Amino acid sequence: MSRKISLAVAATAVIGLLAAPAQAEGVKIGMITTLSGGGSGLGIDIRDGFELALKQGGGKLGGVDVEVITQDDARKPETAKQIADRMVKSDKVDIMTGIVWSNLAMAVVPGVTKAGVFYVSPNAGPSALAGKMCNENYFNVAWQNDNLHEAMGQHVTDKGFKNVYILAPNYPAGSDALAGFKRFYKGKIAGEVYTKLGQKDYAAEISALRAAKPDAVFFFLPGGMGINFLKQYAQSGLKESIPLFGPAFSFDETILKPAGDAALGVFNSSQWNADIDNAANRAFVADFIAEYGRRPSLYASQGYDAARLIGSALKAVGGDMSDKSAFRLALTKAEFESVRGNFRFGSNHHPIQDIYVRQVYRDDKGDLTNKIVGKVFTDHQDAYAKDCVM
Amino acid sequence: MVDLRNLNRRQAVHLVALAAAILLPPVVLAADEPFFISLASRMLIYGLAAASLDLILGFGGMVSFGHAAFFGVGGYTVGILFTHGFQGSEFLGLFPGSDNALIVWPLAMLVSGLLALAIGAVSLRTGGVYFIMITLAFAQMLYFFFVSLETYGGDDGLSMYGRSRFPGLDLSDDTSFYYVCLALLLLFLWLGHRLTRSRFGMVIAGVRENERRMIALGFPVYRYKLACFTIAGAVAGLSGALIANLTEFVSPSMMVWTKSGEIMVMTIMGGMGTLIGPVFGVAAFLLMEEVLSAWTEHWQIVLGPLLILIVLFAKRGIYGWLVGREGGR
Amino acid sequence: MTALLVLEQLLNGLQLGVMLFLLAAGLTLVFGIMDMINLAHGSLYMVGAFVAATVAEYTGSFMLGLLAALPAAALVGMAVELIALRTLYERNHLDQVLATFGLILFFNELVRIVWGPRAIFMDVPEALSGTVEIVPGAPYPAFRLAIIAAGIAVALFLYFLITRTRIGMLIRAGASNREMVGALGVDVKLLFTLVFGLGAALAGLAGAMAGPLFAVEVGMGEGVLILTFVVIVIGGIGSVRGALVGALLVGLVDTLGRAFLPTLLRLVVEPATADGVGASLSSMSIYLLMVAVLVWRPRGLFPAHG
Repeated sequence: MSRKISLAVAATAVIGLLAAPAQAEGVKIGMITTLSGGGSGLGIDIRDGFELALKQGGGKLGGVDVEVITQDDARKPETAKQIADRMVKSDKVDIMTGIVWSNLAMAVVPGVTKAGVFYVSPNAGPSALAGKMCNENYFNVAWQNDNLHEAMGQHVTDKGFKNVYILAPNYPAGSDALAGFKRFYKGKIAGEVYTKLGQKDYAAEISALRAAKPDAVFFFLPGGMGINFLKQYAQSGLKESIPLFGPAFSFDETILKPAGDAALGVFNSSQWNADIDNAANRAFVADFIAEYGRRPSLYASQGYDAARLIGSALKAVGGDMSDKSAFRLALTKAEFESVRGNFRFGSNHHPIQDIYVRQVYRDDKGDLTNKIVGKVFTDHQDAYAKDCVM
Repeated sequence: MVDLRNLNRRQAVHLVALAAAILLPPVVLAADEPFFISLASRMLIYGLAAASLDLILGFGGMVSFGHAAFFGVGGYTVGILFTHGFQGSEFLGLFPGSDNALIVWPLAMLVSGLLALAIGAVSLRTGGVYFIMITLAFAQMLYFFFVSLETYGGDDGLSMYGRSRFPGLDLSDDTSFYYVCLALLLLFLWLGHRLTRSRFGMVIAGVRENERRMIALGFPVYRYKLACFTIAGAVAGLSGALIANLTEFVSPSMMVWTKSGEIMVMTIMGGMGTLIGPVFGVAAFLLMEEVLSAWTEHWQIVLGPLLILIVLFAKRGIYGWLVGREGGR
Repeated sequence: MTALLVLEQLLNGLQLGVMLFLLAAGLTLVFGIMDMINLAHGSLYMVGAFVAATVAEYTGSFMLGLLAALPAAALVGMAVELIALRTLYERNHLDQVLATFGLILFFNELVRIVWGPRAIFMDVPEALSGTVEIVPGAPYPAFRLAIIAAGIAVALFLYFLITRTRIGMLIRAGASNREMVGALGVDVKLLFTLVFGLGAALAGLAGAMAGPLFAVEVGMGEGVLILTFVVIVIGGIGSVRGALVGALLVGLVDTLGRAFLPTLLRLVVEPATADGVGASLSSMSIYLLMVAVLVWRPRGLFPAHG
């Protein structure tokens, strides 16, 4: 029977290991993000941006002691849901944040907000959460998914393009992207193509595109798919004759380096860039480079803003999380200096903000990065706010 | 009443595990760690999936690399009908949705079972590696089908706004739901045990050991294998239905090929061909995942070699180790 | 115009097929002679791509990167064979699937620790960065033509190796009866390691050639691995000829499906539905192909084992 006893001891030890140490002090923040496997670069940037704000405050946000529990979701909805479950029930967190992907957010957010925990999204902004499924405890500090695509639709129209070829992966975010683009694009569609999610080879699509003779191409292919497409598009020799447009997701620091010259000169839409000139952004960019030795990305800026938004609300309530409506009201006001400048929440707790067009260029150090070349929207709000009843 | 003094080691292990499973909710509630009830529910549910895989893998010797497909389809059956019930709309304009567990859970088994029948009918014509790969291909096909199925959320998946209704029970209460899962798992283990000891089970085991001889003896081997494959698919569908209820969410990631791999790994870790062994494997795997992933974000570099070591040196699995030599099948 | 587009798409399909052949040839050889199912083949492809990209970045030469990737992948492959896989030959396919599944997890994480989570850069060599107008009015990337050429060269090399050399004779003999080859006094262990190294080198070559086309990132091996398995299963496991036919078939079906299915469906149903259904069908097309082939011939097109 001694083995059984040792088993019991082992089981107890495991439970002890799993159970988070109960700490009474400070506000608890649970961060679930993608730190391993595909797409982990985005999660790491969000985490690092968030932690930078924490370090700047000396371990405090808004002058209030916080404890951040970070865990990896490996980009699996079920894992994310399980971690969220534990953070809500066991760790008893007050606020959650961190999720990168829409499908994970859809799995986690409804349950979290139902349990009365606040969720501040640093990235994913699926249309359902901005519209019909919106919740008073859910805030998105980045964008609603369609926003950057809408901006590109407007920009392409402004530039006088009349016959645009559009393509995106065959999944909800893909069709949302093209729908968002078409909402503001006024010309003809030369072709509309949905590719396989995770597709690597785009030769067939590029050949079809060439045959359709469009005057511009808009594409939304996040992550590795975008790198593949950019490289293959440049190799086909089309980049010089048919200009490419896309949202910032395909032109971020995580993409530009591996894509190389294939991305040079391409226009993309973003709500943030390192060269936006305000005090908060200058401090963010300088401190981020000093701390991590790399340039901050869009995602890092969103993680940073998420932390600072939470900080502003914690400061307003003096760290007292017992009055939820006071904390909610403080979040709604968004009284913090966003690194993107102009920022406030709409009625559905999604941003009303300016959206810019950036162009990829090679800076004086020889690195590829973006510069802002124009502003497309001022105080832009998403199309779903009207469906949101809180 | 069982005479405790005459228990052999295998029975003792079963009894301890059962007692632990029954006592877990009150204990963790007393310790104010309610999260462990949902973790344990997950173990029971994956245990059901792994035990169903064991039926074809361990007993039937059919290496299916697409078991997650049935798991996912079962989940989607519940998710889709729930959504229709919630919206008051009809599925394909044919019949209304429902959140009644007594309707949708059996339906999930039926849909997954029929799917398994169809996939099995094609796949079982092949053998060996071809079988492994064709089951994988079918699962991938379904994965891409659901990814592009925009009506039901596509890659974003489908959020449910609660759990199925079960007459007389409140499934939204984690403890009740846990006991329902436990009851279903025990029911399957009992039925499965009876099945493997039956004439049917003997034929299946005979096919695993020597298919040609069974054919020569005049058994309709293909039909026996197909029946076995279908039962396993239906039970995997039930476990999918349960996990959809636990997480209140379904998505194509339930049937991605690595999920099939994980279920397979859990089955082997626990001990193949024992039906109950895989349940231990699931518990160990999920605990390990929890502990390792909390320890380092590079936890997969530990898990990978561990798998190889288990395959190389611990083929009898955790269950085999627990019950010792006498407990082999 | 349309005929030219079809011709161009055929070329695209051929190129994808050739790429798959590079991977499938190694996998099917290993399978044919050792009866070993190796899920970690995709990891060797990944290692090839990462080594090629790194060497190319430091030296500025794509060729050096390519030349480094071949031995690197071969060495990693042989090391894995010696340490882990050798003990698995006598085991059943299930054990092999699981152990090599473990290897995938290990290699993905290892590469992530060494190179970081982000994709890394690899460019087309200067000489091949232009386009060639093979089909009139459709300039074709020179690098893709180079891939086709490399694939044909590898196919010829394998044909020569297998039909004309002593090693090839042993490979053929091993594929039909392993025990007999061993009984005849051949050092089977050495033969296995060499064949494994050859398969790994071909995977590394495929990875290095893929680097300039695709994102060089962790997990790049898995998607292509499943495609490769579809290829060798269609072709008949163990048959290099089958791998070639299977690869071209998969390449063509996948490419043509993506290119023309939505357009064809538009003739029947409304455009929005056609795009959605067409995209779904084309993403499932190669699996449908595989199922169709296996229903017709349960052991693939060119079964190698009697």
